[in-house]
Amino acid sequence: MSILDLTALELSAAIKEKKYTVEEAVKAVLQRIDQCDKEYNCYITVDAEGALREAKRVQQLIDDKTFNGPLAGVPVAIKDNICTEGMLTTCASRILYNFVPTFSSEAVIALKNAGAVIIGKTNMDEFAMGSTTETSFFGPTKNPRNPGHVPGGSSGGSASAVASNECFFALGSDTGGSIRQPASYCGVVGLKPTYGRVSRYGLIAYGSSLDQIGPLCKDVSDCAAIMEVICSHDPKDSTSVDRQDNDFTSALVDDVAGMKIGVPRDYFAEGLDDEVRETVLKAVDVLKEKGAIVEEFDLSLVDYAIPTYYTIAAAEASSNLERFDGIKYGYRTEEYTGLHNMYKKTRSEGFGDEVKRRIMLGSFVLSSGYYDAYYLKALKVKALIKKAFDEAFARYDIIIGPVAPTTAPKLGDSLKDPIAMYLSDIYTISVNLAGLPGMSIPCGTDSRGLPIGLQLIADCFNEKNIIRAAYSYESACGNYHKSITCGKDGEN
Amino acid sequence: MANIISDETIEYVGILAKLELNEAQKERAKKDMADMLDYIDKLGELDTDGIEPMSHVFDVKNVWREDVVTNTDDRENIIKNAPGEKNGMFEVPKTFD
Amino acid sequence: MSAYETVIGLEVHVELATKTKIFCGCSTQFGGEPNTHTCPVCTGMPGSLPVLNKQVLKYAVAVGLATNCDITRYCKFDRKNYFYPDNPQNYQISQLYLPICRNGHVDIETEDGTKSIGIHEIHMEEDAGKLIHDEYDDCSYVDFNRSGVPLIEIVSEPDLRSADEVIAYLEKLKMTIQYLGASDCKLQEGSMRADVNLSVRPVGQKEFGTRTEMKNLNSFKAIRRAIEGERERQIDMIESGQKVVQETRRWDDNAGDSYAMRSKEDAQDYRYFPDPDLVPISLSDEFIADIKAAEPEFREAKKTRYTSEFSLPEYDTDIITGSKRMADVFEETVKFGADPKKVSNYLMGETMRILKEKELDPQDITFSSASLAKLIKLQESKAINGTVAKEVFEVMFFEDIDPEEYVKEKGLMTVNDEGALRAVVEEVIKNNTQSVSDYKNGKEKAIGFLVGQTMKAMKGKADPASVNAMLKELL
Repeated sequence: MSILDLTALELSAAIKEKKYTVEEAVKAVLQRIDQCDKEYNCYITVDAEGALREAKRVQQLIDDKTFNGPLAGVPVAIKDNICTEGMLTTCASRILYNFVPTFSSEAVIALKNAGAVIIGKTNMDEFAMGSTTETSFFGPTKNPRNPGHVPGGSSGGSASAVASNECFFALGSDTGGSIRQPASYCGVVGLKPTYGRVSRYGLIAYGSSLDQIGPLCKDVSDCAAIMEVICSHDPKDSTSVDRQDNDFTSALVDDVAGMKIGVPRDYFAEGLDDEVRETVLKAVDVLKEKGAIVEEFDLSLVDYAIPTYYTIAAAEASSNLERFDGIKYGYRTEEYTGLHNMYKKTRSEGFGDEVKRRIMLGSFVLSSGYYDAYYLKALKVKALIKKAFDEAFARYDIIIGPVAPTTAPKLGDSLKDPIAMYLSDIYTISVNLAGLPGMSIPCGTDSRGLPIGLQLIADCFNEKNIIRAAYSYESACGNYHKSITCGKDGEN
Repeated sequence: MANIISDETIEYVGILAKLELNEAQKERAKKDMADMLDYIDKLGELDTDGIEPMSHVFDVKNVWREDVVTNTDDRENIIKNAPGEKNGMFEVPKTFD
Repeated sequence: MSAYETVIGLEVHVELATKTKIFCGCSTQFGGEPNTHTCPVCTGMPGSLPVLNKQVLKYAVAVGLATNCDITRYCKFDRKNYFYPDNPQNYQISQLYLPICRNGHVDIETEDGTKSIGIHEIHMEEDAGKLIHDEYDDCSYVDFNRSGVPLIEIVSEPDLRSADEVIAYLEKLKMTIQYLGASDCKLQEGSMRADVNLSVRPVGQKEFGTRTEMKNLNSFKAIRRAIEGERERQIDMIESGQKVVQETRRWDDNAGDSYAMRSKEDAQDYRYFPDPDLVPISLSDEFIADIKAAEPEFREAKKTRYTSEFSLPEYDTDIITGSKRMADVFEETVKFGADPKKVSNYLMGETMRILKEKELDPQDITFSSASLAKLIKLQESKAINGTVAKEVFEVMFFEDIDPEEYVKEKGLMTVNDEGALRAVVEEVIKNNTQSVSDYKNGKEKAIGFLVGQTMKAMKGKADPASVNAMLKELL
């Protein structure tokens, strides 16, 4: 077995046992990137030099026992909308093609303080707007499980990098499914924490009331360990929540006896691929066999989540992206006449089509005469959606369903029809609207060999319920990532 | 139900959003926006009378800091990424007021 | 012309006297090199987030209570979206839907008696940066040192009818806010700025006319001129059959004229929505009660107290309480044991004279109350005479000196040696026979000349009363 087949926790333990050095781990990852990133395009920036330098520093601190946490020495990839001091952070957009942040996001600082080594920055849909990682200014990322298909998005680079062993784990961000959906398409574990668990300071905003940073990783144990590191109360983020229950690894328990699981009928209705339905229901049966009490129910309002989401996210995005104006950082058009022409040319040349589409929509729904009809209406429906979940969680410990209606589409198929693409987020989006935690874990493969994800949703701050159920499932069915990558001789 | 976006509306939204579209892009934008608005109009099916609009999911309130200076001169970093710079200031096309 | 009534509402921006900006820990101090008081938050760096400065909230509530407003118990911040280079995020964090204070009023004195001016609302917001224009270049430059400095905007009802009322209202606001210590309210330096919304209508008409908004008014004089100019412009338009256009106009005080600011690219559609980066504010009764309890003694109360406690004439109390700083100096100096009336005389006389001469604001007073008390005592004990005291005061006003030491060092003490004085007076009598005989012939005034001559010979270091007495005795 290659070093690359280890999970993050296994690697860190092996480094502490002196089976490997941090440098070896970093070099193995860099070599793997060299070998396959030309094809997959997971990374926008690879900082080989910085990572090797950091490996030496971290090794010393591990040797002198300063770093003794579970992620010490582990190479990590960071989504390119999360600021990294001194390292290019582009949001996969031309408008930030040369932007080097002068500070790191709170989550990145936490990882560095835990001894994780940043390898580079991963590809994504431009400003996290998209579900396929095809809207990137730096070209699409491919799905390592089948390079003819998309990895999902917007955290497609992070999901692919984990799936292809180009890192040991990655950070992504999730506004409407952007961690869970690519995790599902790539067959890795991805968790969107409760809104407010992870500081948004340093995350370049798309939809501020929905955005949340979270892990993409090889298994549930890694996921819990990463969560313990990145969750914190940050006084720099007013929406950050002060919690005393960040001990997520305590929920790594193989026992779901008596756990009440709700299966929303609405998530299995028309539009869901048959293979996905079957596979997900089989996964539910696994938990049932382990003693969980499973019940079908009607969640309601599922069809309203997408229009609500696009109204709110587009409105917030239109405002959040106003700061990209060619004055303080990033791209500025070459030729212009006067201020407003400079603004317009810079932004028109700097943003891609999907970003422009959402900025226009957002500006419109907030404009004079439409605010009440669109924006306020969406905020009211959001309240209804939240209420529907509150009622569900009065009865169930977790809700289980598919992550996406299908497995990963073919490259190039999705962008033709935006609304069809938006529909692929139908099962993930309401989780963001309600601020809930949601996880995707691999639960099988379709007939074309494309991974299928199982979505586990809990009430706010009840990540531990999800982790417990996911861990139990994984214990029963084995580690998907290893079963795939280790099976292929010589690939690593 | 079908929304129709006029040239004037697209022009106006372009001014608000500081985006300049060529004719082909304008036609596409008009269609895309109309489609999205048709889709969003679905929300009209729901009775939301008396529902309080929810901008924050949680009841987090009163987050503030004390009035203490914590930042020192960081101009070098602040100006570092600017496309145009002079004497520690950001250069912009001439404004008149 | 007199057949028209002017209707005015004001939007007054006041910079709050906090140490740090409204949403970050940068200093609000004036005068730093460009962009040296900035950070990722107040320059709109991607990924940065705002956190509210609590003191801003306290000041805003204090001003609201002092202007009889209802305090909004549950309030929020909204984003006001517009592109301009001095606005780093291209949205300003402000309040539209739930401003911190509403429905207040202040009373002003007019020719027709007391008039109540309604305050529609007060909201909190962030200031913009500063644009510097290069004369030779086709460029402007942005300095974000002022970006994020806290402001409150006080929006009046359209209750004002003349420039006099506007100025009385502004004076009243200024006084109230200065007394609260919430701002120094200096128009010239921009810590208080007024935008004037003005319309005219034929006397007797109930509906308002179309209003314009005038910006860039940075002195009371400019405000008066702009109001008069805009009133005339609107009347001229109506009289000549044109329509007044609702627009924002910029006052050019040098030209004495205004021009429209709006361009095609300013849609004036600010797309306000609640800022998702900031959480709501929910104020308890206790929070508000604490601020109310800490309210200072305001001008009217001080005037009454000065009259009863120090028996000062109304004329004096009016001037002394005309600025919080002056009133503070008065009270402190009296505490050091100085005679209240004498302190008052110094403030009304010499202090006001120097302020006027140097075009300073009473807020700029820096001399210490202890020094003024000492100076008054030196004069009372006749250690120095009035002329010397005034000279010392002028030095003291600008330099940090101890009057006692200064007088000693410079040898300005009055000569109280009777023998020496007698010798000088005898000499003066001998040398000015004409004046002496004039005096003796009943010209009382002649003695003044002789006193002057004696003072001159003593190089000012004599007590004029003693000189006068001795002259009379010897003549």
